[in-house]
Amino acid sequence: MAKLTFRTDLCKGCGLCVDFCPKGVLVLAKDKINKKGHHPVEAAYPEKCIACAFCATMCPDCIITVEK
Amino acid sequence: MVVFEKPKALADVSMHYCPGCTHGIVHRLVAEVLDELGIEGKTVGVAPVGCSVMAYNYFNCDMVEAAHGRAPAVATGLKRAMPDRVIFTYQGDGDLASIGTAETVHAAARNENITIIFINNAIYGMTGGQMAPTSLPGQVTQTSPYGRDTSHCGFPVKVCEMLSQLDGPEYLERVAVNNVKNVKNAKKAIKKAFENQLAGKGFSLVEVVSSCPTNWGMTPKKALEWIDEKMIPYYPLGVYKDRTAAKEQGGE
Amino acid sequence: MTDKVLMKGNEALAEAAIMAGCRHYFGYPITPQTEVAAYMAKRMPKIGGTFLQAESEIAAINMVYGVASAGFRVMTSSSSPGIALKSEGLSYLAGADLPALVINVQRGGPGLGGIQPSQSDYFQATKAGGHGDFRMIVLAPASVQEMADLTVKGFDLADKYRMTSMILADGTMGQMMEPVSLNYGEPTKYDKSWAVTGTECARPHNIVNSLFLQPDELEKFNFIRYERYKQIEENETMYEEYMMEDAEICVVAFGISARVAKNAIVQARAEGIKVGMIRPITLWPFPKAPMLKASEKVHTFISVEMSMGQMIEDIELAIRCRRPVKLCNRVGGMIPSPDQVYASIVETAKEGGAQ
Repeated sequence: MAKLTFRTDLCKGCGLCVDFCPKGVLVLAKDKINKKGHHPVEAAYPEKCIACAFCATMCPDCIITVEK
Repeated sequence: MVVFEKPKALADVSMHYCPGCTHGIVHRLVAEVLDELGIEGKTVGVAPVGCSVMAYNYFNCDMVEAAHGRAPAVATGLKRAMPDRVIFTYQGDGDLASIGTAETVHAAARNENITIIFINNAIYGMTGGQMAPTSLPGQVTQTSPYGRDTSHCGFPVKVCEMLSQLDGPEYLERVAVNNVKNVKNAKKAIKKAFENQLAGKGFSLVEVVSSCPTNWGMTPKKALEWIDEKMIPYYPLGVYKDRTAAKEQGGE
Repeated sequence: MTDKVLMKGNEALAEAAIMAGCRHYFGYPITPQTEVAAYMAKRMPKIGGTFLQAESEIAAINMVYGVASAGFRVMTSSSSPGIALKSEGLSYLAGADLPALVINVQRGGPGLGGIQPSQSDYFQATKAGGHGDFRMIVLAPASVQEMADLTVKGFDLADKYRMTSMILADGTMGQMMEPVSLNYGEPTKYDKSWAVTGTECARPHNIVNSLFLQPDELEKFNFIRYERYKQIEENETMYEEYMMEDAEICVVAFGISARVAKNAIVQARAEGIKVGMIRPITLWPFPKAPMLKASEKVHTFISVEMSMGQMIEDIELAIRCRRPVKLCNRVGGMIPSPDQVYASIVETAKEGGAQ
């Protein structure tokens, strides 16, 4: 089972992880605002994650840890 | 099992870059290479003037902040004084290809045994989006509001092509960080650029075609697409010089 | 090297730098200091040091910045137009609190000027070495021996106070040959725990930097730096007094001008004129105290300079304009003659302090 961890407070809400996720796991949480004032990423469908780490590869702020 | 985590050489701080700016990706790649080669403790990095001026806060190795464009000269001093240390510079296009052209060309000509990470995003970011030496013909910037007119301000500088004409440099490669495949290739090139230094091979420069969503006036995603549509056709990716590979091929 | 040897000023300076532990030299050819580079080009490879001819003076000073960041003794040399190019780097060295030695073997200016000796970079060296608030320790040799001694001193002061020392010489000092004794002990070691030598993953990273975007932080570092400058003014000011005990006229001159002035003073003394000289050896810090003291007895000061009247302003400030200060000068690469200085002294004696 893949596991995603986010350093949520460092997220700038750029959405590149969402764009590059091939399985539609991630969304920007429109109902949340982090310390930086952004809608941070969260895993809406974690069960779909295949731990490809495309999200983390494209994250400019290195906030994602991927485990499986 | 951890598939992906923050490299140790990357400081655990929030970077000041705009949302979606690919500087962060390239910082991470450099840090991953420092980790993988086990050289963080013997590396000294040189930060430029420009958006990445505060790179000194983002790497855990020792860091020096250089005057605008002078990073290759500062790196030369560091390397000559400490040949057993790993010295890299991290520079943008205004820094490396405009105000620091002379320092870049001559460090390359001397085959100075340093590693240069060169971010080409075709614009001056820190000062708010002015025309860079690498801005594309027709590109609208704050100081080319009607589009870069080549009859007025000339043509972009293609750094890898230019330096490849010199006998000096060991390794020149242009990569991009606009998709997963390109990021992986960029990592390989950056790793090679550090390995070359460890092997004493000399001047290695990796030009990274990058995005600037804020000053390009695009979403982060659109900016990465623009790299494919506009930047890469003008700045083709690939190896522009690899003396070791050329020698090996010549020997076959 | 305890015996005296005959050496050119530029070469004595270069050898003294090596004896002071300098193993890294970066420069760019420019008359009249090229002997320094040529000497280093010969010597450095033999002692495991670095000689590198940079692509420009700008590159050279930034190579110096790199070596200084790593905590090693390092120097560059140039002449007036080249020092102007280095001024960016001088400001960064100051902003990052890095020690370095910079040699200016001055030539006539402004612009490309000429290649003959001059002292017209006085302002540049003592007041405007680059942008921002900073000082350099400015040492003015007046003999080949001092070219060597002040080089060693310059490295020590640079390390002690973490700043740039500049040797402000001129074409004559660089080119003239005199017997010198180069006899220095082991170079003093200074704490350089701030240097970027690699963390070995055993300490937090060091950062050499002059950028402080928070104004209160930048202000704080400026204040700290100027506290250090105050200590230097108190402890490191150097000058020579010559025949000042009963002097009524005080000549102020440095470098080659001081040597010329000495001859004129001897001649004037033979005529019964009570004249002496204060020769600043450090131009910054400027020897203000002895001049202020002298102003109690002296009726007139004469500033002998190879410039259009630059040091004269510091003399006036030092004596708080209590006495007239006359200018006796040549420029453009010309050197004042002893006769010219003598004539100025005689004229001043006749005036007796009346303006």
